[in-house]
Amino acid sequence: MSSTASAATGPLTDEDLVQLLTPAGERVAHPEYDAWAADLDADRLRAMYRDMVLTRRFDLEATSLQRQGELGLWAQSLGQEGAAVGSGHALAPQDHVFPSYREHGVAFVRGLEMTDLLRLFRGVDHGGWDPAAHNFHLFTLVIGSHTLHATGYAMGVQRDGLVGTGDPARDTAVVAYFGDGATAQGDVNEALVFASVNQAPVVLFCQNNQFAISEPTTRQARVPLANRAPGFGIPSVRVDGNDVLATYAVTRQALDRARSGGGPTFVEAFTYRMGAHTTSDDPTRYRTAEQEEHWRRRDPIDRLRTYLERTDELPEVFQAQLAAEADAFGEHVRTTVRGMGRPAPSTMFDHVYATPHAVVDAERAWFTQYEQSFVDDGRETAGGHR
Amino acid sequence: MTVTTDRATARTDVPPAPEPAPFPTGTQRLPLAKAVNLGLRRALRNDERVLLMGEDIGRLGGVFRVTDGLFAEFGEDRVVDTPLAESGIVGTAIGLALRGYRPVCEIQFDGFVFPAFDQITTQLAKMHYRSQGRLRLPVVIRIPYGGGIGAIEHHSESPEALFAHTPGLRVVSPSTAADGFTMIQQAIASPDPVIFLEPKGRYWEKGDVDLDAPLPAPHGAPADLDHARVVRPGTDVTVVAYGPTVATALKAAEAAAAEGTSLEVIDLRTISPIDTATVAASVARTGRCVVVHEAPVLYGTGAEVAARVTEECFFHLQAPVLRVGGFHTPYPVSKVEHEYLPGLDRLLDAVDRALAF
Repeated sequence: MSSTASAATGPLTDEDLVQLLTPAGERVAHPEYDAWAADLDADRLRAMYRDMVLTRRFDLEATSLQRQGELGLWAQSLGQEGAAVGSGHALAPQDHVFPSYREHGVAFVRGLEMTDLLRLFRGVDHGGWDPAAHNFHLFTLVIGSHTLHATGYAMGVQRDGLVGTGDPARDTAVVAYFGDGATAQGDVNEALVFASVNQAPVVLFCQNNQFAISEPTTRQARVPLANRAPGFGIPSVRVDGNDVLATYAVTRQALDRARSGGGPTFVEAFTYRMGAHTTSDDPTRYRTAEQEEHWRRRDPIDRLRTYLERTDELPEVFQAQLAAEADAFGEHVRTTVRGMGRPAPSTMFDHVYATPHAVVDAERAWFTQYEQSFVDDGRETAGGHR
Repeated sequence: MTVTTDRATARTDVPPAPEPAPFPTGTQRLPLAKAVNLGLRRALRNDERVLLMGEDIGRLGGVFRVTDGLFAEFGEDRVVDTPLAESGIVGTAIGLALRGYRPVCEIQFDGFVFPAFDQITTQLAKMHYRSQGRLRLPVVIRIPYGGGIGAIEHHSESPEALFAHTPGLRVVSPSTAADGFTMIQQAIASPDPVIFLEPKGRYWEKGDVDLDAPLPAPHGAPADLDHARVVRPGTDVTVVAYGPTVATALKAAEAAAAEGTSLEVIDLRTISPIDTATVAASVARTGRCVVVHEAPVLYGTGAEVAARVTEECFFHLQAPVLRVGGFHTPYPVSKVEHEYLPGLDRLLDAVDRALAF
């Protein structure tokens, strides 16, 4: 990938990235990965384009809702739609996703009700969706801890005999998404060890968005992150994360390896977080406008749009329908979030344990009685639904 | 259960497992370590989703041989020798549990649980809560704990309060071989994560074990895992103990009886939930209470017992609830550990102080 960043060395070099679509929207050939993108016809590319556009709309709506005080916090995915949507499209229905808290695009592709993601950030839930419904696990805020859960889950899939059966509807892979900062964590390194020695059917998908809050990747590593995996005995690949085609192809190959019994793969998607880490930080303190502009010119949505327009595969009627769909989706997100009621305070005692726990039960009983005392006094209850 | 044959790690040097011997029956006199071993063996036989994970638990049978013979009977996919990485053991056990397995992790020694502390407290303990009950984490973490075996540092600690302070975890400790046999099976049957603290200093103490004891209901509420037990009735002072200090308390009761003092000894058995009712009922009869454990007294289980007894039994109490335990120091060198550990004399001294009020 030619760019002003190409002079970079260490973990920020972009010289060996798999790329199928240049920032200018030109399709380039790749001897290995063209085959893995061969099934991407115009309909599929438009579907990817739609998913990226709607993911971005969702992200912008959530950011606005945070600014309006409707969400306590938001972790933006702005700029990373290519890697999320590309890898998400590579998944089979039976595959399992253990996401980071920024994989909104993967959630969208998996078909989650997107406003459910916002329950966590609004403070009405710790995880507002059923992981089993779309094989999309809960977000985990402890960086990298879920890479071990994904690896263990993959070891379970392996024990269940769902690897290497040759039946594409049965063979199953697991994907763990995590950021560049997470690669410094012990748990991610332990996940690489366990995945390797067990040859677990897991894809370790690193979204290298170049920042761990304010710390650049150069504070986490001195070599490209993908270089670490071979030391664990795990093959790795670096892909242009803002190229949805390349991300799709690379992930598809890695998933195929996992499902067929070939073991784990480490994918480093080289991308850039255009927003803040979360709505709480200020990127102007730790990066330059020039850098942001450099990456704005590599926007994953613009790139695919340019390609589809060049090939006359993006009719105006499609764009108009998509714009209308995005507006309706935005309205749905706003309305749904504002309508999320406050849970009854006594629900804090629910589900601490799967079986009765005497102390929790006693505390719940005390609290219920305490709350009731305000009602008896004729005063407004401290709890209840808003 | 089908195990894929595509694993690159599949060993070819493991001889085919012999036909397993019939499970022993009747009541046998067994050391605690062997009783836990038989409990694990029975759980492995009864549910193919149960698997053991840990460092050195396979061919070696664990550093205390608690898993002795299980590798040969159940194979490497069910008695899993893991990499030397405690967070990895617990973290992958969480993933396996999410897939429907029931992992039993062995942490080799108490002081080595801390690399896994994050996975246990931020992940294992909270996933059921965070998912509104959709996800269940039937994971058991076995930890040989406590001192008195002459070990070097990090091999003799008592971290139970750290786990009991974490909502979402059940924390239990058997004190006898009989409880070791049944409670490990109950812990494995529990749909909740269980920290299973094995008093390593008592591993070789024998007791009668009813090997025909009824099995816990499959994956139901482990009711018996929630209750303390009066192991010796008495009238003057209630002594609350658990794990390694139960035997100490029983010896103290013998000694006290010789001097005309009647101690009632309670084996707490479970630290979370704590069975306040059994303790309070006893203290209501005796009017005095001494709590004894190996962990440091400061912020420990004894403080919890004392506070609850004070709340429940204030008008019955003839003396403040007294605590006997470790000091607020790191576990000391083994040459002085017997001065650190709450022994017979320190416990009887506390009994005397309670009686002096």
